[in-house]
Amino acid sequence: MKPAPFAYAKARTLKEAVALLSKHKDDARLLAGGQSLIATLNMRLSAPELLIDINDIKGLDGIAKKGKAIEIGALARHTQVERSGVIAKHAPLIALAMPHIGHAAIRNRGTFGGSIAFADPAAELPACLLALGAEIEIAGPKGKRKVKADAFFKGLFETALRPQEILTAVRVPAADKNTRVGFAELARRHGDYAMVGLAASARADGKALKDVRLAFFGVGATPVRAKKSESVLANGNIEAAVAALELDPQDDVQATAKVKKHLAGVLLRRVAKQLMEARA
Amino acid sequence: MSEHALDITLTINGERIAERVDARKTLVDFLRDDLSLTGNHVGCEHGVCGACTVRVNGAIVRGCLMLAVQCDGATVETIEGLSDAGEIADLQAAFEQRNALQCGYCTPGMLVAAQDLLKRGGVPSREDIRAHLSGNYCRCTGYHAIVDAVQAVAQQRAGKKP
Repeated sequence: MKPAPFAYAKARTLKEAVALLSKHKDDARLLAGGQSLIATLNMRLSAPELLIDINDIKGLDGIAKKGKAIEIGALARHTQVERSGVIAKHAPLIALAMPHIGHAAIRNRGTFGGSIAFADPAAELPACLLALGAEIEIAGPKGKRKVKADAFFKGLFETALRPQEILTAVRVPAADKNTRVGFAELARRHGDYAMVGLAASARADGKALKDVRLAFFGVGATPVRAKKSESVLANGNIEAAVAALELDPQDDVQATAKVKKHLAGVLLRRVAKQLMEARA
Repeated sequence: MSEHALDITLTINGERIAERVDARKTLVDFLRDDLSLTGNHVGCEHGVCGACTVRVNGAIVRGCLMLAVQCDGATVETIEGLSDAGEIADLQAAFEQRNALQCGYCTPGMLVAAQDLLKRGGVPSREDIRAHLSGNYCRCTGYHAIVDAVQAVAQQRAGKKP
């Protein structure tokens, strides 16, 4: 199918984009990488009156270490993040997740911020942010504000973003020698949305783990933390952590709830092993 | 300022093009309907099948997930450009020799995606080839012959006997 007619405007600055959003509110959509948005336009699942193209806004695609955090600009393309030396060195969980996101041609266009703002419940990056306790920076008519990942993903494709706001950057804690991360997903075809996936982080505490954060995706309306399993896994008992999973997935086109629950256990066993391995 | 139709200037297969396009027109529809470059195909129109894969500023993209108006000032290369320039002559020959196509619908996108991997140099493993082509559906061949063809060309280009 083809998109319904819409008007197109190029925003050159953040201020211009916010002003356009404030004026048109829900009738406008921001166009970043477009890898989800244009698909929904083509399918006529959405029909905005105006697309505000933010690709030409300067300074929103940086990736840099700032103090104890790694800042990733909203317009950084997946390919750019995948190839970034800063990410490889300081944000190992993001580095592990990147190759699973879409296909080469999708990663060349899709943006980091777009994936977070779209908040597909089966997408990798929202779960990574939840696992890392990331901070999301948002610009709006009243300036900038920050939201923690735990409070950002509110429901199915629903986030803390208000209609006149733009996600501008994400900050994740820079990894150090005690950082442990793990990532695994099961998809029918490499690069497709996951049937179930798991992003995890923890801190090594001698031979044990602490601050375990397990963020599952593809099992609910948002990425979800398995909090009970987190504390059980910190004691080192993988099977008990699997038994403590309290996920409540629904049947979807990918798999039944029963299959998803089983796969979640499979992934937790794999990821727990990754968390327990010391970093080289 | 916002518009429903915009003037764009871009370079397509080495030729400078200036056109007025509807904001809602995707790149692949612009190439096919306005410029009669029908080599790249329209399949699923939502980024799943890869039949519309083209190069924009040197990087492969989905022609159905990019708007023509977004290509103002860009350099676009279609299968016609890659083919006429002789850049993929060896790959095309290998596809033919190994029956790496049957109906041919996926082939233009498959060639553009495969060349994207091949131009990185070296000889990719079969797993790497499959991963790189994972975004391109073929409903005829079962992929095996395609992977064979891509691997053979990689070996040829690296100066190794297949």
